[in-house]
Amino acid sequence: MKYNIGIDIGSTCAKTVVLDGDKNILHRLLQPTGWSSVETAEAIHDKLTELGVDWNDAAVVATGYGRISVPYADKCVTEITCHGKGACHIFGSEDITVIDIGGQDTKLICVEDGMVKDFIMNDKCSAGTGRFLEIMANTLSVKLDELCELASHGGGVSISSMCTVFAESEVISLIGRGEQKQNIAFGVVDSIVKKVATQAGRLHLAGTKVCLTGGLCDFEYVCRQLSAALKSQVLTHPDGRYAGAIGAALSAASIKK
Amino acid sequence: MSDYVQMWKDLGMDLETHDLLCQVLPTAVGDVYLTQENRPTAMDFWDLVISEVHGIRPAELIAAQKEGRKVFGTFCVYVPDEVIVAANGIVTGLCGGSQFWVPDGETVLPKSTCPLVKASVGARLGRTCPFFRIADMYVGETTCDGKKKAYEILGEDVPMYIMDVPQMKREKDILKWKDEIAEFAKKVEEFTGNKITVENLAEAIRVINEKRKALQRVYDCRKSECLPISGRDALLMTQISFFDDPVRCAQMCNRLADELEQRIKDGVSVVPAGTKRILVTGTPLAVPNWKLHNIIETSGGAVVCEEMCTGTRYFENLVDESKTTLDEQFMALSERYMKTNCACFTPNTGRIDDILRLCNEYKVDGVIDCSLKFCCLYDTEKYSVSRALKDAGVPVLSLETDYTDTDAEQLRTRIGAFIEMING
Repeated sequence: MKYNIGIDIGSTCAKTVVLDGDKNILHRLLQPTGWSSVETAEAIHDKLTELGVDWNDAAVVATGYGRISVPYADKCVTEITCHGKGACHIFGSEDITVIDIGGQDTKLICVEDGMVKDFIMNDKCSAGTGRFLEIMANTLSVKLDELCELASHGGGVSISSMCTVFAESEVISLIGRGEQKQNIAFGVVDSIVKKVATQAGRLHLAGTKVCLTGGLCDFEYVCRQLSAALKSQVLTHPDGRYAGAIGAALSAASIKK
Repeated sequence: MSDYVQMWKDLGMDLETHDLLCQVLPTAVGDVYLTQENRPTAMDFWDLVISEVHGIRPAELIAAQKEGRKVFGTFCVYVPDEVIVAANGIVTGLCGGSQFWVPDGETVLPKSTCPLVKASVGARLGRTCPFFRIADMYVGETTCDGKKKAYEILGEDVPMYIMDVPQMKREKDILKWKDEIAEFAKKVEEFTGNKITVENLAEAIRVINEKRKALQRVYDCRKSECLPISGRDALLMTQISFFDDPVRCAQMCNRLADELEQRIKDGVSVVPAGTKRILVTGTPLAVPNWKLHNIIETSGGAVVCEEMCTGTRYFENLVDESKTTLDEQFMALSERYMKTNCACFTPNTGRIDDILRLCNEYKVDGVIDCSLKFCCLYDTEKYSVSRALKDAGVPVLSLETDYTDTDAEQLRTRIGAFIEMING
């Protein structure tokens, strides 16, 4: 049996998916990337060996910002292409717009006939990314899921700074002013949603399915707010955070060995 | 570059800091240029020039100054070289293309100024570039707000002359630019002590036209399906042409074009067949800024054309050589220069027409529209550029960057994804 392995080393988490020859998922691995992508790649290799992967019959594609740190990868493919492919597979549609809110990048990818047709990524700062939410949750001394839960009961606050560092100061002054935590949490999530909606305005979303992948896709509240802002039902899937790894594994399937 | 220490000392340069620049440049040249395979042999000229970029040409300029000639430093393709050359003056480009000079620029300019302006001011004030020391007069122009204000600061340190570039392209604007050129000619006569005549201006027009034709010949070779030269090499040629003597520049470009034309006949390409052909457009890439080309060409693409000031905007369109009075010649110059489509004009639909035409001429698979950070003009034009290209079915990627290497990996992801996208 051929093992098609996709490894997506993101800035926060490393996701690995093993597909069999019929594109069924055999294994999923999730671990923090930590400080060394190379060590993470080695740990993944060990884990896959333990799981019984036959390396003589395996093809590996690496993606994500740590893609060049996987020494045993047969090929590197960018996360744009992988998220596009992976989302098509997960959501069973060849025409789809993918919103991926990652640790350090937010990407919007338009896929037509299963091929990436256009994409937009955030600027190099971390505003509007998963990192932004993490930092704000930290400032409010809550976990990410608690932040989303709080936000769903809040309202009335908007965070206007586009820079994470300034936004943090803004949140701190809101705390100092005695603003309710749930309202601040609302403002934090709302600022990300608005940023994504603005980016989406630069692409033509009309008529296509929209899905959310990446680490935030498990948060129902984020998805609901995004749907409202984009005026379109944003789809999610339990494998959403593996979209990049699945796309990489699908690319691995086309490698002839 | 050690032979030039005395010259740099005489120019009042900060030798200690300049040494740091001299140390990093060879590494950059090695990484970007010498790693390429199958380069045209005629690139040896530009390899030599860049290896001693602060030595060879500055020494020539100083020798010319000793003979009484004046050196004019310019920052823009709108400043008419012909007028200076007619008065036996010498033109040298002054745009700074390295992060090395940015911190010195930031001592007087806001951080939110484009890196090209910051580097140019920093190179002067930090005394770390011989060209900025040598130039007897700087000729600025009103093409962007960042430069306009920076010239006020530079003007406190060096003789500065500003040409007022129109912001629109109506008939009266072309007449206005003609008047600006005529007035500049008076200034040049006064500064050099040489009279501009119909004869010497005609000769200068011919010389600069020959240089343009030679650059165009090299670019014409890049239109071939069989790509005889990399984008990096062509960019270096264009960048250096701003600093070189125009006659020698034309000779060297023609020599390169001879080789490239032969390569096309022999089927010699620098990239594998099917490599995606990229046109880059946007703000200029001043020497030694090779970051964008290097990332594109090490991510599976080939740059075949630059719709930039360091590209087609520099040499497309010739000046009419048939005019017989100074007034007519100034008008011919104005007409030629006003065909250059810079984002400082409104409207600037001519640039979009140029990009679409070049996509066709150079058989382009995708366009990368890249502007320097804080360049409001080119950044804003990305919207209409990308819409026009999408309507024409040409994939386009819009980017913003500066002179630092901190975003190299992010650029690599975007550019890599773009090339994967057009590869399908």
